[in-house]
Amino acid sequence: MSKLISLICGIIFGIGLVVSEMINPSKVLGFLNFFGDWDPSLAFVMLGALIISSPFFHLFKNNKKPIFTESFSYSNNKEINKNLIIGSSLFGAGWGLIGLCPGPAIASLALFNINSAVFVIAMFVGFYLVKLSDLRTQAR
Amino acid sequence: MNIINFTPTSAFLGGLIIGLSVIIFFILNGRMIGISGIASNFLNKKKNRIDNFLFLLGLILGPLICKFYTKQQINISISSSLILLILAGLLVGIGTRISGGCTSGHGISGIGRFSLRSIIATITFMIVGILTVFIKDII
Repeated sequence: MSKLISLICGIIFGIGLVVSEMINPSKVLGFLNFFGDWDPSLAFVMLGALIISSPFFHLFKNNKKPIFTESFSYSNNKEINKNLIIGSSLFGAGWGLIGLCPGPAIASLALFNINSAVFVIAMFVGFYLVKLSDLRTQAR
Repeated sequence: MNIINFTPTSAFLGGLIIGLSVIIFFILNGRMIGISGIASNFLNKKKNRIDNFLFLLGLILGPLICKFYTKQQINISISSSLILLILAGLLVGIGTRISGGCTSGHGISGIGRFSLRSIIATITFMIVGILTVFIKDII
């Protein structure tokens, strides 16, 4: 059942990206163009998502188990360190260059856009490079 | 600063839909949605690989379903510079893995449960994103 839920949640998320137009990188770049012609829409997307999700996180986080899996599993990392700032900065720079972050990038593959495909492949290479360097650190 | 192209209603509605997905995934499957986490775990980890694959498949099916039912084209405009696309993709892939999240993981799931770590991450990537656009416009 959890597999069906995963598929459905992906579909709903993808529909949300289309309705909010966040699937369109130029819309995201409008938000990041704070010092020029600014489009505040992305802030309203986050507001909408937070208004509905945040109360439920707090209502359900003390439940013993989710409905279709054995236990809650998510990162409870509270560490604020160098990696958090460096990683977020690298991500922010990549985000600002094209206007794509992981969700919209993958969702836009539906439009058979060669440019977003190039971006997604490079992004997966990035995921893999970090995994390789993590393995190397652990081996030391 | 001039405000242009602002679409608060569709943005808020789309945000509610995204929030709905996040909360269903949490209550039913016990997991927080972060697209960079789901995508990189699909690539790098055996655990939940099928779940992660199906989520990503859904993410691609979502826009197709929209297109089918609304009979409208989804227009996107995206840079076609090969070098920029590859550089940006690498930065996003590497950066989100080092910081442990992206716009959804830190920006929605993390902030939603009031994680200071995620609030700091979100402020950082937004500031750097805004500066990048600013500098790009000058160059």
